[in-house]
Amino acid sequence: MTIEIPTSFWLYFTFFALLFLDGIWCMLATRNLVRVLIGIEILMKSVTFFLIAAGYLSGRMALAQALVITVIVIEVVVVVVIAGVILGFFRKHDSLDVGNARDMKG
Amino acid sequence: MIWFTLLLVLLVLAALWASMATALLRAMLGLALTSALLAVVMFAMGATLAAVLELSVCAGLISVVMVSVTSLTQPRSLKEAVAARRSRLRRLWPLPLVLIAAGVALSFVRVPVDIVFRLPAGDGDVRTVLWSMRQLDLFGQILILLAGVFGVLVLFRKEAK
Repeated sequence: MTIEIPTSFWLYFTFFALLFLDGIWCMLATRNLVRVLIGIEILMKSVTFFLIAAGYLSGRMALAQALVITVIVIEVVVVVVIAGVILGFFRKHDSLDVGNARDMKG
Repeated sequence: MIWFTLLLVLLVLAALWASMATALLRAMLGLALTSALLAVVMFAMGATLAAVLELSVCAGLISVVMVSVTSLTQPRSLKEAVAARRSRLRRLWPLPLVLIAAGVALSFVRVPVDIVFRLPAGDGDVRTVLWSMRQLDLFGQILILLAGVFGVLVLFRKEAK
């Protein structure tokens, strides 16, 4: 079975927009820091998907892949650092509620 | 084309599950599934190297990191968990409806201007691009990785007594 890949820009943009909206909503609707991280991850997935779609539509897949590899490296570092921040926050406040960040200094 | 569109719909559904699941571990499972489906989409589009990285790093490594974070934090009491769940559901229930409405609206709307990519096709192998044309990117990636390592070291530093 061969899968036919569509060449409509609007189709890719629609699914990119849906993923992006999902990520934004996930970040805004929660008070749990781990769920905020999940929202950031969904946003990163939408950007990765759109980069690959742009590479496919423009015929520049190698360049798109190089950029996606860079995005993945950045994604890992962002996740690891945010995970450290979450653990530090939990040790200080004994909670993952972002509302506790209001009384932080600085 | 139908199979590919179905794959994209599954991708959005997995992301929706990741953002709406009440248990954190299920949400992380949804996120790993989103990464795996994105890897399949990439593979179908011909981005094999990026697909392998997405599958191994994002669906594997990042899931492990997130599960570790969850396991290192204590669960809430039952009363707090029930209250948080109600509050979350109140804020999240419109999300599927909004996504369906946005999907339907975007599928009916047409862009007034045709977006055509006018770049010359065929830019060689990804390895050539990565190692020969985008060397600055690699340098930046190394710097970012080092910054991440230093960030974690600073975050986990124990204060001197």
